[in-house]
Amino acid sequence: MSQMNMIQAINSAHDIMMEKDPSVVVLGQDVGYFGGVFRCTDGLQEKYGEHRVIDAPIAEGGIIGTAIGMGINGLRPVAEIQFADYIYPGFDQIVSELSRLRYRSGGEFFSPVTIRTPCGGGIRGGQTHSQSPEGIFTHISGIITVMPSNPYDAKGLLISAIESDDPVVFFEPKRIYNGPFDGDPDKPGVSWSSHPMGEVPQDYYKVPLGKAAVVEEGDELTIICYGTIVHVAQAAAKLTGVRAEIIDVRTLFPLDIDTLTKSVEKTGRCLVAHEATRFCGYGAELVATVQQECFWHLEAPIERVTGWDTPYPHAFEWKYFPGQKRLAAGIRKVMEAG
Amino acid sequence: MTQKPYLHIPHPAARPGEAPDFSYLELSDAGAVDRPPSDERARNIEYLAHELVRVLDDEHQATGPWDPSLDKEILLKALRYMVLTRAYDDRMQRVQRQGKISFYMQSLGEEAVSIGQGLALEPGDMLFPSYRNQGLFILRGTELVDLMCQCLSNTGDMCKGRQMPVMYQDPARNIFTLSGNLATQYPQAVGWAMGSAIKGEKHIAVSWVGDGSTAEADFHYALTFAAVYQAPVILNVVNNQWAISTFQGFAGGERRPFAARGLGLGMPGIRVDGNDLLAIYAVTRWATERARNGHGPTLIEHVTYRGGAHSTSDDPVRYRPQDEWAAFPLGDPMDRLLQHLLELGHWSDEKQTALEEETKMVVDDAWKEAISFGTMTEPPFLDAQLMFEDVYKEIPDHLKKQRDEMLKLAGEKS
Repeated sequence: MSQMNMIQAINSAHDIMMEKDPSVVVLGQDVGYFGGVFRCTDGLQEKYGEHRVIDAPIAEGGIIGTAIGMGINGLRPVAEIQFADYIYPGFDQIVSELSRLRYRSGGEFFSPVTIRTPCGGGIRGGQTHSQSPEGIFTHISGIITVMPSNPYDAKGLLISAIESDDPVVFFEPKRIYNGPFDGDPDKPGVSWSSHPMGEVPQDYYKVPLGKAAVVEEGDELTIICYGTIVHVAQAAAKLTGVRAEIIDVRTLFPLDIDTLTKSVEKTGRCLVAHEATRFCGYGAELVATVQQECFWHLEAPIERVTGWDTPYPHAFEWKYFPGQKRLAAGIRKVMEAG
Repeated sequence: MTQKPYLHIPHPAARPGEAPDFSYLELSDAGAVDRPPSDERARNIEYLAHELVRVLDDEHQATGPWDPSLDKEILLKALRYMVLTRAYDDRMQRVQRQGKISFYMQSLGEEAVSIGQGLALEPGDMLFPSYRNQGLFILRGTELVDLMCQCLSNTGDMCKGRQMPVMYQDPARNIFTLSGNLATQYPQAVGWAMGSAIKGEKHIAVSWVGDGSTAEADFHYALTFAAVYQAPVILNVVNNQWAISTFQGFAGGERRPFAARGLGLGMPGIRVDGNDLLAIYAVTRWATERARNGHGPTLIEHVTYRGGAHSTSDDPVRYRPQDEWAAFPLGDPMDRLLQHLLELGHWSDEKQTALEEETKMVVDDAWKEAISFGTMTEPPFLDAQLMFEDVYKEIPDHLKKQRDEMLKLAGEKS
């Protein structure tokens, strides 16, 4: 065991997979010599060479399109899109090609591409460096969508993603690369070294795709969340004194419905929270699923706390970001209802 | 006179009712274009993107430095496969009209591209075709029955009923699955080629788009990546003059040839007579040599003409002169190869008639066999459960549930 932040954990997952499997290649903007703008691929080119860690032109559609071609040719590409906000030029290649190769070819062709991309706000990135577009990707049949909330899961899930023969879009909440963030921007930053999930084995291990984690057990309320909001939810629950069961979805699609329903059947109350905008957001699917599966156990309407339905603003970041106050208000609302 | 900004709206040379006019096509004489070594620096051979490489002259003789000197067997093979491709197309066009298949796309007038290039490539080279490259499948040996079953979405369909007609694939023969989204295969071919070089293999990738699709972003991504990494890939633009109803000027063909699209990136481009099988073969061999020996990608523009409608859903009478193909200065590729073979004394009109008859029977037999696997209206039908397979490697729980729901409802009377 050693202490790792999320960047080191992600780097370690690459390193282990590149060592283990010569077909694993990495490509993306600045990922090679420089090691990535967030340093996630630091040192890999030096270790594995320029043919396996490839600096790419600034063309996301080209990065994803060529990664698909490499995958068809027996390689196992890990493509980095520098910010999730920049993924849209590659969207057609993801939606129309990557996600449907297996289907359209009757199972004859597939391309095991993993697309990693930093997402989310809290870093003063404004509307072009703060987006959480996961809900756009969970709507696509044929890909797996992942968002870890800590270094341990990040490494284990990324190894699972790289080994998966199904394509994976792997969102990395960049606000928590260096430490857990509880939603209070005025508090000094905390590092992962004091967090139990910052304890990361140096060796190979996997966290399975498609399995949610119960981060905190409780019997009064179920909070379903993922990414940065997991930490905000923990702080907000503490603030309200409610014994909340906090579930980190981890793999957004395919969704681990059993873990959610088991919890809501126990608590009878449910809050869904994410940074992304609300309308048709991923939370809507969570709410619909819980409502359908657990309706007769519910004691109150399911509440949603999300980003506002605006672009992500620069100056009003902390009015936009669903922090502790908004989550606490949501928690109280669910607890007081019914 | 005051000067003002001007908005240019491209117009084709002729519309329905007008006389066809191909004066805009810049042609070179057969044999007139120099053939440089295949490792020549791109900047020294920019002329290849503007001239037109032709081998067959007006007297049906092969001439000039690009003459690939193909032996009789290869020439006859080329003719046979062009005849077969055309017969296949003809049959499928008719069965679409009879309502047996939902849709079809002919390659009429463009057969030399697939057959000429297919002959010039190695079996291990990976092909990323467009929707008018059926000749590649036929040449590489995909059974006509299999192609027909795909179009029928029947129990023999390689795509298990998931794709509309003509979206073939043949993994065993290194032909990628077709997409209905245009030009997406272009960067994929470049990535495949990069993979080949990463693995230290000699195989190259080859892809095709039409003139219209050169406007897609994927075209430009592909050229950039191919040029940056000097990927072993051949990128083809089949300029058949028409993208449904818009002529090639709407993709930017009025200013410079499509072959010149790569010059700014330092990628050589060759403009070739797309109805001259010998010229197509020769430039493709040149490009394969270049790619296989580590000198990078080539962009090839095939100047040809879409002899038929865009698809069975299209009616070109509404937007171009009906007799335009007959006026196309580069003729009909099949007829030109036939005339060359007659000229050489390798073939005769009697043999050609016999070949066409025999081919028609081959296609008829294949069709009879294909419909024994079912049609859209006659059994056997595909099992609808297939709808839920291959979305993922394993069927996830939610899809099992949806499948069971579908089956339950299908089993109940409405």
